[in-house]
Amino acid sequence: MAKGDPGGTTRSRRAAPRSKKGAAGDPELVQLLTPEGERIDSATGPDGTEYRVDFTDEEYRGLYRDLVLVRKLDAEATALQRQGELGLWASLLGQEAAQVGSGRALRAQDMAFPTYREHGVLYCRGIDPIMPLGLFRGVDQGGWDPNEFKFNMYTIVIGAQTLHATGYAMGITMDGKVGTDDGEAAIAYFGDGATSQGDVNEAFVWASVFNAPLVFFCQNNQYAISEPLERQTRVPLYQRAAGFGFPGVRVDGNDVLASYAVTRTALDNARHGQGPSLIEAYTYRMGAHTTSDDPTRYRIASEVESWQAKDPIIRVRAFLEKQQIADATFFAEVDEQARRESVHLRERVLSMPDPEPVTMFDNVYPNGSPLLDEQRAQFNSYMESFEGSAH
Amino acid sequence: MATETLTLGKALNTGLRRALETDPKVIIMGEDVGKLGGVFRITDGLQKDFGDQRVIDTPLAESGIIGTAVGLAIRGYRPVCEIQFDGFVYPAYDQIVSQVAKMHYRSGGRLSIPMVIRIPFGGGIGAVEHHSESPEAYFAHTAGLKVVTCSNPQDAYVMIQQAIASDDPIVFLEPKRRYWEKGQVDLDAPLSDAYPLHSARVVRPGTDVTLLAYGPMVRTCLEAATAAAEDGRELEVIDLRSLSPLDLAAAYESVKRTGRAVVVHEAPSNIGLGAELAARITEECFYSLESPVLRVTGFDTPYPAARVEEEYLPDLDRVLDAVDRTFGW
Ligand SMILES: Cc1ncc(C[n+]2csc(CCOP(=O)(O)OP(=O)(O)O)c2C)c(N)n1
Repeated sequence: MAKGDPGGTTRSRRAAPRSKKGAAGDPELVQLLTPEGERIDSATGPDGTEYRVDFTDEEYRGLYRDLVLVRKLDAEATALQRQGELGLWASLLGQEAAQVGSGRALRAQDMAFPTYREHGVLYCRGIDPIMPLGLFRGVDQGGWDPNEFKFNMYTIVIGAQTLHATGYAMGITMDGKVGTDDGEAAIAYFGDGATSQGDVNEAFVWASVFNAPLVFFCQNNQYAISEPLERQTRVPLYQRAAGFGFPGVRVDGNDVLASYAVTRTALDNARHGQGPSLIEAYTYRMGAHTTSDDPTRYRIASEVESWQAKDPIIRVRAFLEKQQIADATFFAEVDEQARRESVHLRERVLSMPDPEPVTMFDNVYPNGSPLLDEQRAQFNSYMESFEGSAH
Repeated sequence: MATETLTLGKALNTGLRRALETDPKVIIMGEDVGKLGGVFRITDGLQKDFGDQRVIDTPLAESGIIGTAVGLAIRGYRPVCEIQFDGFVYPAYDQIVSQVAKMHYRSGGRLSIPMVIRIPFGGGIGAVEHHSESPEAYFAHTAGLKVVTCSNPQDAYVMIQQAIASDDPIVFLEPKRRYWEKGQVDLDAPLSDAYPLHSARVVRPGTDVTLLAYGPMVRTCLEAATAAAEDGRELEVIDLRSLSPLDLAAAYESVKRTGRAVVVHEAPSNIGLGAELAARITEECFYSLESPVLRVTGFDTPYPAARVEEEYLPDLDRVLDAVDRTFGW
């Protein structure tokens, strides 16, 4: 079993007395690429499942490219917020591997239900990265088509989407789309804080009793705004799955290979009719919760530094260099692509037009409402009353 | 014409059955809706005939019922969710208000949530606490939801099918104290033409005062009108049927003729449907009004112990008293 901490042994600490840190932080995680860039051939999950990946050089380079692009676009969005171009931004910095690994493990037919931070998964689903910026800029409410891209809307209310994913997955079963290789699965993203929500626990119950083809993907980034993991749980989150009757596994969320392997296996199990599972991607949010947050109030620099050493991109690069899968030209080319795409993103954000005010009355009801029609008409004539008047 | 005498509950059951037959995407879900047929037996026999994939006994989790139904709706199903009692809808309130109601808007019209949330509501059955509430204003206040309620078996049969066929998410309030009341039901009644889902209906024409009511209070108002007629007053009774949107045109038309209006509902008065109606009627019918719009409602207390609910609930006398007062101006 691969251990995240150097010197990890097979000794179980589950029976150990509860320390302040509790058992919640024990790193019993599946890892296929160490922070130093060493490949681990295979890793075993708590239920004995073997995880391995077998990528071509091209695929390894592709994952690296994804990680770098996603980080760069995220940084650009953070900068745009700082310059007043976005109302808010929830950065994924530090969580790229969990998102790209799981996002690339999705097949075309799988449906994802994200929170507000899943820009990396969104990117993997082939959605224009400008889409979430419209939401955070306030010009729209997220402009992509959930059905076309099989990536639902961002969900701000913590945990609500886990139930939507469960219902959707039940629908997959009702449609008879499980049991084969081209079967469908759903994946629900949420954070460590969300595991305290009733909805998430209800989703666990429902998914379990209906054997829903669903993967619960928890990015444990150690904090819910300011509250540390210990305020949400006293047991490792992945272990909760057992109580609901499905497997749980903790993966090194900063390891894109392991995140991919674990998610691909869980999705394939789901699509083959083996029901739900919980993945706890053990990771760290390197930046602020959102741009409104000041993380120095609740966490110490040394903790951040210790996680810097586990950076998800540096380790892939070290691996690619060591194995001579990529050379300096390739890395320079990826950096240049990222730079170009972020410049392009910036230009497009700055030219995003504000919506026409009257559009606020659109799409409240599929069938419309006379009350709303009346208000829209009143609003229109009120606005028209200003026309031609001196500004 | 296939006309049968049915209770309101059985009419709902028959309407649900019809909806399940008509559209294979319709599914019913809720606590005890399967084998038991629901605690009020509204889904009686449906699981037996349509199977446990179409009529689903859910875990005991209201947010889960609504939240998973959202996902099913995104997947293309038309979930009809039963909330067992009015007082138990609150655990699902977040999903209803923040998710069901807003999904269409937030997705820019790309997603629809064609869901019906059935809630037995109101008092008058001598129940224990949390079993007799009137939460309609919470939902009617929420943009993106539509709220309807039936008052008789014919409407129950037609409206439940109309609600299920609608792409709008609809809170469907069932007047539980009227479940056992019988009436004629035309089983071939057309779903769209005669009475669109969001229309009010004059259930007793009159010339002197307009009574505006819905759900369980319609019958109370009809009784009041009968009593008033003996005193020579002709009360017009309007069954609003739709609480959001309100069929205001029907209300205005009537009040402009009668010059007097009384709104009657079981829910507390504070910030309730009656306040909305009074405000709108005042704006629109100001020069026709002979007196202020009055309200007869439950009190602004939690629903009281069953032994005093007779005093809490608007009854014939309180309605007639309000009618008298409209003549006092
Ligand atoms: C129901 C609800 N309560 C509170 C909030 C405010 N809020 C936004 S994000 C957040 C923390 C979420 O933490 P976690 O689930 O760990 O996800 P993370 O942001 O770390 O990815 C809180 C409290 C919310 N959005 N929804």
